[in-house]
Amino acid sequence: MSNGRIIGDVILDLQNISLRFGGVNALTDVSFDVREHEIRAIIGPNGAGKSSMLNVINGVYHPQEGAIVYRGKKRHDMDTHEAAKAGFARTFQNIALFKGMSVLDNLMTGRNLKMKSNFLLQALRWGPAQREELEHREKVEEVIDFLEIEHIRKTPVGRLPYGLQKRVELGRALAMEPSLLLLDEPMAGMNVEEKQDMCRFVLDVNDQFGMTIVLIEHDMGVVMDISDRVVVLDYGKKIADGTPDEVRSDPDVIAAYLGTQH
Amino acid sequence: MSDNVRRPSLSTFPRLLMHHAQVRPNHPATREKSMGIWQTWTWFQVSDEVRAMASGLAELGFKRGDNLAIIGDNRPRLYWAMCAAQCLGGVPVPMYQDAVAGEMVFVLQDAGIKFAIVEDQEQVDKLLEIMGQCPDLQHILYDDPRGMRHYNQPFLHGLDEVQEMGRIHNRNHSDFLDGEISQGKPEDVAVMLYTSGTTGKPKGVCQTHAAFIAAAKSGCEFDKLVPEDNILSYLPMAWVGDHLFSFAQATYAGFTINCPESGDTVMTDMREIGPSYYFAPPRVFENLLTQVMIRMEDASAIKRNMFHFFMGVARRCGAEILDGKPVPATDKLLYALGDFLVYGPLRNVLGMSRIRVAYTAGAAIGPDLFRFYRSIGVNLKQLYGSTETCAAVCLQPDGQIKFDTVGPPAPGVEVKISDNGEVLVRGEVMLKEYYKRPEDTADAVDADGYFRTGDAGFFDEDGHLKIIDRAKDVGKLANGAMYAPNYIENKLKFFSYIKEAVAFGADKDEVCTFINIDMGAVGNWAERRNIAYSGYTDLAQKEEVCGLIRDCVEQANAELAHDAMLSASQVHRFLILHKELDPDDDELTRTRKVRRGFIEQKYGVLIEALYTGKTSQFIETEVKFEDGRKGKVSADLRILEAKTFPSQAAKKAA
Repeated sequence: MSNGRIIGDVILDLQNISLRFGGVNALTDVSFDVREHEIRAIIGPNGAGKSSMLNVINGVYHPQEGAIVYRGKKRHDMDTHEAAKAGFARTFQNIALFKGMSVLDNLMTGRNLKMKSNFLLQALRWGPAQREELEHREKVEEVIDFLEIEHIRKTPVGRLPYGLQKRVELGRALAMEPSLLLLDEPMAGMNVEEKQDMCRFVLDVNDQFGMTIVLIEHDMGVVMDISDRVVVLDYGKKIADGTPDEVRSDPDVIAAYLGTQH
Repeated sequence: MSDNVRRPSLSTFPRLLMHHAQVRPNHPATREKSMGIWQTWTWFQVSDEVRAMASGLAELGFKRGDNLAIIGDNRPRLYWAMCAAQCLGGVPVPMYQDAVAGEMVFVLQDAGIKFAIVEDQEQVDKLLEIMGQCPDLQHILYDDPRGMRHYNQPFLHGLDEVQEMGRIHNRNHSDFLDGEISQGKPEDVAVMLYTSGTTGKPKGVCQTHAAFIAAAKSGCEFDKLVPEDNILSYLPMAWVGDHLFSFAQATYAGFTINCPESGDTVMTDMREIGPSYYFAPPRVFENLLTQVMIRMEDASAIKRNMFHFFMGVARRCGAEILDGKPVPATDKLLYALGDFLVYGPLRNVLGMSRIRVAYTAGAAIGPDLFRFYRSIGVNLKQLYGSTETCAAVCLQPDGQIKFDTVGPPAPGVEVKISDNGEVLVRGEVMLKEYYKRPEDTADAVDADGYFRTGDAGFFDEDGHLKIIDRAKDVGKLANGAMYAPNYIENKLKFFSYIKEAVAFGADKDEVCTFINIDMGAVGNWAERRNIAYSGYTDLAQKEEVCGLIRDCVEQANAELAHDAMLSASQVHRFLILHKELDPDDDELTRTRKVRRGFIEQKYGVLIEALYTGKTSQFIETEVKFEDGRKGKVSADLRILEAKTFPSQAAKKAA
């Protein structure tokens, strides 16, 4: 497919990140960067440190060593609220939605950071708060339209099948209008059709809004198809970094995935 | 409204539109649910949009006599596009949006399409795929720009840009469009609708402004439709029924059409709008009823008992009360109570609280199904017509509803039965011609100007028309008894467990059928009985399911035994097919009519097995998925015997 988007400069640079939990080295001296408008995949076998890496990026974990440079600003680690303010949105490996709330309400929570009126006004839904809510609702409706989930707008999330819940979670992240989207195994546990749908949405998000995406994925077919560059982790170390084709033929990667001959 | 007719100036659809824009500029004309709320366009705004679109099309080179393909779901701008083409003296050709690319080639070539207005990227992709085979196609316009950013072909245009071009054009040449509209004549072709092609290739039916306005007028006056009415427009735009109701009648009477948000939200949207006028083929009514019944089974015992009690009352007297016939006072009282407790809330759930008139057409409707809706107070009626007659041949008048007829001829339409039992129609609503097919036109219209409908039927004692089957399908069994496959199939399809049936028997000793189970109803039935199954093919061959279907078939046989003419057509053997019949596999038409000849060929081995008394037969079939990929389904099908009954008709006569 001809693609009109232009991959820009490095916006996020992770430098020599090391993360330890007690005696366990979750990440050891990992460096890689993310460029604007690209889809960047992190792959690796189970326990390779992929989710830890995402958690470092959005500030859930604080690495013992290394630095994170985001849009020219260098810091030792991120804080979760800092990350959210900077426009990092993420989805989770195990869906983390409000199960009892409707799809619409779940998406509205994605707009929370952008609400300016104070708590009291919001509770009363009065004056500026009401105007504001209408604006946010419009944004949320755009997301609903984009993800084709009109028919479940008012359905409580807990009643939806898994694949749709994943889509709603992506929707909540999109409702934030993020500058960087972190997806933790967006296609895990899906059937082929659901995976295809999800791939299309991820590509569309990247293509239409120029959104930068970092994703973790197990399905190699998916990763190789949709990502621009791939970083491979194994036992907390980076073993390869490059385009899908480069990574695919890398002997270390083959060894990590298929084992080596002894 | 009635002044529209007498004034010759309102003899085409564009003129009618401009008339409404003048007379009721602020009355809602079109609504669409978008961004979660209903957006409204008034008649004035619609006329403005149509003018912009028409002039934009003219800028691109669309000329008088050109055909404009319209492909997509029911979107306001696609409806407006019809009128825009008509403004310029062009002919809109709505096409089925779910057709795969290959199927579209024929119509695009046949109609010599140069311009196409389509809904979205999906349809654009289909057209791009077949563009090589359609050399005439010059411009493709799309409604929804989503995903179209990287398409830079010069012949692709967003409707927004085209309308903007048109607006500029209208500012510079303010009298251009009115001039074009005034050149339109009532005898010009207003729309070309393709027949579904039950037999062979589809034919383009050319209908004039005069014909569709006559059909709209007769319907609107018959049911007293006023601008305050609302209709939900959700059926394929290429279907004559939708064109009559959502375009012709709406533009004639000036009422409001409402486009649902998407195909999946029709139920919700219907509840929100609460239409006063409603049109659906029988299968939609059937699906709704099945859903209600399934949910009632899951309801608490009190609710369930209340439901069944009051449904009993409704069955006894509901339809009579709706018809205004006298009923005992106790029944009246019970019905009023039931209306408060059950029927009213039920109508509300179905989105039918405000319905004044509802029609069903396109296929025969089961008497139980029909009676159910009437008994809960929904004024459901039947109409009869075809693409060639603007879907307006017979209508059931309020208060004279029969379950097995389609009513007397509509005002201004002559109907007679030919010597061989075929229904013939003459009137203003008749087609002008089949596009570029003079021989077919000559075949279809006899010397006296009657159109041969191809349906076999007769008038009953009250002058109501009763349709039996397609005339060419009506045949004889080997013993000479009359055989009408459709009649038998409908009897079977009236059971909620049976979705589709195909009967065989012409020139044979006995009638045998193929059956498709209804996945929803049978699946639910199986779950209740803890019958495990992996999918359609598996479920269809379960011992218990076979028993269930056999009961249905035998019940149908018992009913057939009472029929004077068709008691010999009882089903002796049947099998349940391993896959659902599907338009994508060419087994059904896009309007879901069985393509008998094709099925006979494709499943010849199964038919043979039915007639040679085997007990099972292996079959492997190729299936096409929606995205064009192919797969295979195979199964060992059981062949089942059904009990038949001695003819009761003779006894009844005695």
